[in-house]
Amino acid sequence: MTSPTAQRVLTGTHFMVGDHAVAEGAMAAGVMFFAGYPITPSTETAERLARRMPEVGAHFIQMEDELASMCAILGASWAGVRSMTATSGPGFSLMMENIGLGMITETPCVVVNVQRGGPSTGLPTLTAQADIMQAKWGSHGDYEPIAYAPSSPQECFDFTIKAFNSADRYRVPTFVLGDEIVGHMSERVVIPDASQIPYVGRKRPVPGEQRLLYEADESLIPAMPFASDGYRVHVTGLTHDERGYPATLPEPHDRLVRRICDKIRIHADEIIEVEEWQLQDADIAVVSFGSTARTARHAVAAARQDGIKAGLLRLITLWPFAEKHIRALDKRAKAFVVAEVNLGQVVTQVERFTAKPVLRANHAGGRMMSPEPIMDAIREASHAS
Amino acid sequence: MPAELVVDAHPLDPLLRADRLPHIWCPGCGLGPIMACYAQAILDSGIPRDNHVIVAGIGCTGRIPGYLNIDSFHTTHGRAIPFATGLKIGNPELEVTIISGDGDLFAIGGNHILHAARRNIDLNVICVNNFNYGMTGGQGGPTTPTGARTSTTPYGCFETPINMPWLAYALGAVLVARWSALHVRQLKNAISRAMEKQGFTFIEVLAPCPIGFGRPNDLGEGLDEMHLYQEECIVDHDVDLRQANIDLRQKQPIVLGNFVDIERPPFTTLPEQFRS
Amino acid sequence: MAIPGLRRPLDLDKFPVPRGQVYIIPSRCKGCNFCIEFCPEDVLVESPNLNAKGYHYPVVAEGKEDACVNCGFCRLICPEFSIYTEEIKSQEVSP
Repeated sequence: MTSPTAQRVLTGTHFMVGDHAVAEGAMAAGVMFFAGYPITPSTETAERLARRMPEVGAHFIQMEDELASMCAILGASWAGVRSMTATSGPGFSLMMENIGLGMITETPCVVVNVQRGGPSTGLPTLTAQADIMQAKWGSHGDYEPIAYAPSSPQECFDFTIKAFNSADRYRVPTFVLGDEIVGHMSERVVIPDASQIPYVGRKRPVPGEQRLLYEADESLIPAMPFASDGYRVHVTGLTHDERGYPATLPEPHDRLVRRICDKIRIHADEIIEVEEWQLQDADIAVVSFGSTARTARHAVAAARQDGIKAGLLRLITLWPFAEKHIRALDKRAKAFVVAEVNLGQVVTQVERFTAKPVLRANHAGGRMMSPEPIMDAIREASHAS
Repeated sequence: MPAELVVDAHPLDPLLRADRLPHIWCPGCGLGPIMACYAQAILDSGIPRDNHVIVAGIGCTGRIPGYLNIDSFHTTHGRAIPFATGLKIGNPELEVTIISGDGDLFAIGGNHILHAARRNIDLNVICVNNFNYGMTGGQGGPTTPTGARTSTTPYGCFETPINMPWLAYALGAVLVARWSALHVRQLKNAISRAMEKQGFTFIEVLAPCPIGFGRPNDLGEGLDEMHLYQEECIVDHDVDLRQANIDLRQKQPIVLGNFVDIERPPFTTLPEQFRS
Repeated sequence: MAIPGLRRPLDLDKFPVPRGQVYIIPSRCKGCNFCIEFCPEDVLVESPNLNAKGYHYPVVAEGKEDACVNCGFCRLICPEFSIYTEEIKSQEVSP
């Protein structure tokens, strides 16, 4: 029996829940392997993919825990396919060790974290945005992740595709940091024709090319062989040299860790995306992301009506951090307001790059931020500066 | 006829990363013979070498992939099996073998054995049992025999070790065997059989660890532990696996053999069956 | 070699015992003695010499030059890939 949805790209206009839009974004991006574990509020992504993936010959497996899920998606990536998982805070914590394995082995994959209140079991069914620093520093050692923050179901679809492309292009585990509001809200999602879906694949080795498997050109991104290609690759979580062999000495270790960090840093300008709204003449720059950015936009509009020249810098990428945008605003804005549903994470990054006053609108989680705290902060910033 | 001839290469060298020899393992370690058996099984398998993949975790056994000239993956502690699951499902043409240690597979990795066996993922799992955590200096582990001394069981281990063949059988593994680093021919044949079979296969291999386990237990040379196997091991393919536990105190025989060889549909064939 | 009381099969000459040539890589040996101990024909002994790491690698014992039957056990049991044998074809062996 041919299902009407036995196609990867559900071209058309939909009224869709954010978690499902993530699933459809993955389908459109060509995901072939999903391994995950049920955890609120991301479970709907897994449930949708459990149904959709077999329709197109892709593989869904519910693993025994999140550690296994993370490892399985790394293995599948080395088998040559696009792979992903979806989780929330507690699962993200369990995945940390193997995120590090993905970082040092430069394994492309997508990890979706639909954030909820923490720490620990926390607020399982309600929103927060408190895993931002964890996405950057959660695993031990130095590494540079790429992370996207969708603010709508449409962006859940679009940014999942972006995440697969960035993961493949830069050979790095890439995060989609949603939150429970965006994951569980239903909104219009327009899915284009399959030919309109952007696709950036992995750099592949050229047969006969005289290069060691972990040697990179000036892009710092090495080509990626797959298992059974015939390159007889050795992949290890130990620090390694350009042959891929363990090289547990200071010089090769420094070379490797610098390259995997610089690999992202030198391309930061191409990776970082923001949305600017009413920012050209703004005195007060409001910085926000995810579901909170929707509230922040409302607060900025209300402030403008009150005669305060506020503007919104919405972060689309959380990592690498939009340092240059903050530095540029530091020159012309009088103050910043950072609105986030946590007790101050992104704000610490903003504070690094400006000497102007930085005010905060925070709460620890449980509901979408309402405009009043942001408007209060904007007013206070306006009086202070 | 000349006596011995001195050469500089071994017939198995093409299958090894010979530029990395000598390996890091101690004199008398059982890992070398086990690696030789696996390499020989690859040659005898009839499966193209580029389809063979080896995955290991952390430990002395975990270093095996680094010495084999095939696609090889040295992953995190305890996680070889889920990584290998992703590889196998991502590309079902791969012949995926996991060689990892007793602690890696049954302590930190214990959960994953449960599910890969239950699901019957087509993986060849070879568990090297040296009765301790050797790489980190000889600590006790899930297979340390009761009474044995290790650096974290200085008074003698008071825990009961896991009976691996019984557990593997209970979980539905389609092939269960136990051999030792001394029984190289039977081990090579068991690995070959595992490669032929579709589904989750499990082979336990006892291996000498002269420094980590041997020295604290009066078996200080690899040869001492090999003699222990020679004296104490018996082969009984039909043993009741409940009796296959290892206890070095009472000098009860250690049972080796090819215990289980059954058929179950492998995991990758299952989704289609249920969708139709 | 007749053992009293043991009957000799009529076609025994059709099954010549293989002969093997021992090859060693002394530099790889770590002196574990597995090959010496477990050779079924006791072909090997420790060399009086040491390799660069200080181990006595195996050599063929005096009088045992024709004893190797190419069983292949040393090739698999050696942890260091430093010994193996190859069959000497029967035409090369003087009767």
